[in-house]
Amino acid sequence: MKRSQIITFKIDGQDIAAREDETILELARQNGIRIPTLCYLESVTPWGGCRLCMVEVKGATRLFPACMTYPQEGMEVSTVTEQLTTYRKQVLDLLFAERNHVCAVCVSNGACELQGLAYELGMTHVGIPYLNPSLPLDASHPYFGLDHNRCILCTRCVRVCDEIEGAHTWDVMGRGVEARIVADLNQPWGEAISCTSCGKCVQACPTGALFEKGKSVAEMQKRHEFLPYLALMREGRDGDSE
Amino acid sequence: MNEQFEQITAKEQAAAAKFDHAVHVCVAASCLSSQSDKVLETFQQQLKENGHSASCQVKGVGCLGLCSRGPLVAVSHRDRPESSELYQHVTPDNTPQIVAALAAGETAADLVCATDTPFFQRQTKIVLENSGHIDPERIEEYVAAGGYQGLLTAVTEMTPNEVVDEVMRSGLRGRGGGGYPTGLKWTTVAKADAKQRKYVICNADEGDPGAFMDRSVLESDPHRVLEGMTIAGYAIGADKGYIYVRGEYPLAVARLKKAINQARRLGVLGSGVCGTTFNFQIEIRLGAGAFVCGEETALIASVEGKRGQPRPRPPYPAEYGLWGEPTLINNVETFANVPPIIRNGGDWYAGMGTAKSKGTKVFALAGAINNTGLIEVPMGIPLREIVYEIGGGVPHGRALKAVQTGGPSGGCIPEAYLDTAVDYESLQQLGSIMGSGGLIVMDETSNMVDVARYFMEFCMTESCGKCVPCRVGTVQMYHLLDKIYAGQATTKELALLEKLCKMVRETSLCGLGQTAPNPVNSTLRYFRQEYLDLLVDGERVTAVTTPEAQP
Repeated sequence: MKRSQIITFKIDGQDIAAREDETILELARQNGIRIPTLCYLESVTPWGGCRLCMVEVKGATRLFPACMTYPQEGMEVSTVTEQLTTYRKQVLDLLFAERNHVCAVCVSNGACELQGLAYELGMTHVGIPYLNPSLPLDASHPYFGLDHNRCILCTRCVRVCDEIEGAHTWDVMGRGVEARIVADLNQPWGEAISCTSCGKCVQACPTGALFEKGKSVAEMQKRHEFLPYLALMREGRDGDSE
Repeated sequence: MNEQFEQITAKEQAAAAKFDHAVHVCVAASCLSSQSDKVLETFQQQLKENGHSASCQVKGVGCLGLCSRGPLVAVSHRDRPESSELYQHVTPDNTPQIVAALAAGETAADLVCATDTPFFQRQTKIVLENSGHIDPERIEEYVAAGGYQGLLTAVTEMTPNEVVDEVMRSGLRGRGGGGYPTGLKWTTVAKADAKQRKYVICNADEGDPGAFMDRSVLESDPHRVLEGMTIAGYAIGADKGYIYVRGEYPLAVARLKKAINQARRLGVLGSGVCGTTFNFQIEIRLGAGAFVCGEETALIASVEGKRGQPRPRPPYPAEYGLWGEPTLINNVETFANVPPIIRNGGDWYAGMGTAKSKGTKVFALAGAINNTGLIEVPMGIPLREIVYEIGGGVPHGRALKAVQTGGPSGGCIPEAYLDTAVDYESLQQLGSIMGSGGLIVMDETSNMVDVARYFMEFCMTESCGKCVPCRVGTVQMYHLLDKIYAGQATTKELALLEKLCKMVRETSLCGLGQTAPNPVNSTLRYFRQEYLDLLVDGERVTAVTTPEAQP
């Protein structure tokens, strides 16, 4: 989609100049406005699944995901309202209750984006019943591990592996709450021949679901700041960016 | 081309004129499941043995409508066209009785199904005009019934813009459930810039529980859908179409395949449609049992060979669809309406129905109703007429409690609102939707909490898992409904259910999640007391609940 027109619109009352091919989320970040996200990862295709970046648009009856919505001339976007905060907390509620997120014994304790958002939004407790599913842990890879108990199905690993590393080791299997991240054709990670052991998925993962072996509680710090640079270099090498 | 059509028609008429009697055996899925293929075979064999095969034509036809009385057999006579008979519950064992009666010029009275009832008299058939009259596996019969005339007119006498205008003027709205104006959708795709090409997709992924309209159209009159799609292709400038059929409809797929081959051979599909320079190819794509693939963006992903998951709109498929190109997606019934609109003009179509909802709608009657089956009625008909007159009322002398429309995205309409005229807006006002046309009748023995729980379970198992509210929210809501139905929940839990309903509706990514709370919302709106009666600490009343709308 080729768009190049420059428009102006408002986020939380602040005037913003934008190219029409920039999303509301990107523009908010450029202008220092924070919108909570979990599935969004700079430099890979937006997913629109976590629903945390939902924003209100004046005059519209429904909410829009900021990560996949393009601004229009004169649009007035609100990123923080009482309603939105309630929904965001409910999304976190649903996520915490879906699998077994036990922060106290998690490798990513203190460095987890899910946990961070819970602090940020002032979450004091989980308001709905825990589903307590019985989930496995895949430790078959020599360097990394996958703990399904901590996975929030944001598919950052899937997209990083496919779009930046180009291996497409990861994908999603199953439907609804039964959905699982799988390596190759649902093999143990260590046996997945497409995996290059590059570790980008581990760095992209917002929680402790993907981790480096040898890291103990609260030791797994994720770094994905290098991804946009890598994506930029790949684009330059391929010669044709979209 | 027109001469060719006339020749086929003349040949068909001459062939039919050779017979004194015609026996039409329904071979659509419902009757087929009670062995109507055996009935057809027995008829042929019996008539041959008795030496009547020269005077009596036997053929398999599409759906005759009244599925609950199947297998159905329609018998007509050339010398007395007014006294045709419909036989019900025909089995291979009682066919000799009908053959004997036929030979004697009588009717087998104990097998006759009365056709002077409202079920047969009150319907207006446009989409189903050929259903039960033609053999769905022979293109000649479709042509003889006026088929492909609309396409011929469109490609030889009209510009693409005129075709779009005609559809616009008809006031036709999407029959898949949303009710988006079809003409507007066609205009949008027609005006869109394509990098390479445009596409037409027919959504035949009918998945609502209790709905079988599209299946019946595909099984009874597949050429009508092909014709509608080809006209659409001409109107919007596409040269490629896909029909996305669910894998659970093998008979529909087989008939479509046959129809596509026949249409290609006749020259009404493929390269140079009807001898013009317009090309249009149609391919079939099979679904693999995912309800969410009926959502247009998930359907497109599935056609592309990807995991069937939706993506946020905009951009809409009209702008950015299959392989990133402008794509027109319409439902089976919408396409089936197009040929008659082109043949008879948009104004003719707009003459039927209500101010905002034009034409007719096919409904599949199911549940606690005497006449289970397929009906086509004009928009604006009161629900009461559908249920009590056409549908024959509720069996076992029970009282009607609610009518469910729109499947898992719809809602329950209580008895008190039965006089509502059916159209897109009125049903929405009642907290339900038109949907694709499934109409499930519930009697007094149905518990509405159980009904809501059933639909929530459906949404839960059909959620694709992409967005959090639908993936986890439906599970939580299902657990809450289960707890309420088991009589173990408190008012606090009912409040949580209502909170979740609101959140899932507002924040889900696609229509599946956004409408998943509808059955709960509508049963809470009209049957709240049933919920309260089941709560541990609810304000119970002992009397039977009265439907009372709450703002």
